[in-house]
Amino acid sequence: MGEVIVITSGKGGVGKTTTTANLGTALSQLGYKVVVVDADIGLRNLDVVMGLENRIVYDLVDIVEGVCRLNQGLIKDKRYDGLYLLPAAQTKDKNAINPKQMLKLTSELKEMFDYVLVDCPAGIEQGFKNAIAGADRAIVITTPEISAVRDADRIIGILEASDLANPLLVINRIRVDMVKRGDMMDIDDIIDILAIDLLGVVPDDESIVISTNKGEPAAADKNSLAGQAYRNIARRIKGEEVPFVDMDTSESFMTKLKKVFGLAK
Amino acid sequence: MDFLKIFSRNSGPSKNVAKERLKLVLVHDRTNCSPHFLDMVKGDIIKVISDYAEIDESGLDIKLTKTKRDEDDTMVPALVANIPIKKMKDRKGI
Repeated sequence: MGEVIVITSGKGGVGKTTTTANLGTALSQLGYKVVVVDADIGLRNLDVVMGLENRIVYDLVDIVEGVCRLNQGLIKDKRYDGLYLLPAAQTKDKNAINPKQMLKLTSELKEMFDYVLVDCPAGIEQGFKNAIAGADRAIVITTPEISAVRDADRIIGILEASDLANPLLVINRIRVDMVKRGDMMDIDDIIDILAIDLLGVVPDDESIVISTNKGEPAAADKNSLAGQAYRNIARRIKGEEVPFVDMDTSESFMTKLKKVFGLAK
Repeated sequence: MDFLKIFSRNSGPSKNVAKERLKLVLVHDRTNCSPHFLDMVKGDIIKVISDYAEIDESGLDIKLTKTKRDEDDTMVPALVANIPIKKMKDRKGI
């Protein structure tokens, strides 16, 4: 029996979809059977980030409405073994499904996959409620900006009120140079304010833009720093203890990262 | 240019500004998040205190505010309760 993990943030544009695609890819490369579910009905995007937009026939709403079987709606990613996408509907809106239907869908997916990653829409309305309905765990994404952290705080409060206690935090797009000169909140600042456990830190990295352009998640790119960060997060999700500084990365980045974590001066 | 330098020196790194602003805004957000929270706290405080003292319930005031932490002067959320006591109850045998 698998686990349903919802990836949420409150604020839009902080990297929920990118994170979902990359964690799905990284988990599948660790040998797990993974499905990434786009719950952003009406604003479908996970398909393009994954590079699978040309292969969509059916979508999530079709499955819920019984237009097709669950198996027919799942798109197999041929590049990564065990990775599947369940795309959102593009022509319907968020009210096309309800939390009860979502719960039924995710519990069926749980029987088939090790991990079900749900990409949550921005906001706290119907779409959000649908996305968290079947979740066993939640990952909250934020960036080191005041607006994103504020929304993350709100989301954490709502998650805890919805029996999704102890969500884990991913801080995205951190810029080491700005943190160093005191112009960006650092990891400790954010954890101090949000008071939840840290799952990972993803550096602001051009390779994310490039990989999204190509439709190839950065987690599959051995040379991408952000990709490495996502691979580390994937290993932490499966329960491994991974230090926050990785030895595989380049020396200069290592030193920079160490400074961020206060390990070097 | 000089003026800007002086300005930036006085206010410190911008992340500190962000942190302070964020902390203050979250004090508000967090109370708004559960409107019944303060009422519940108020009710329970009255219950507990009433065992020991007669209090003026109409004068009771509870609010979420911010206060300076002793060790480093940063602002932290604080629950402030102002409870007027009419008289202490006779608690013989305790």
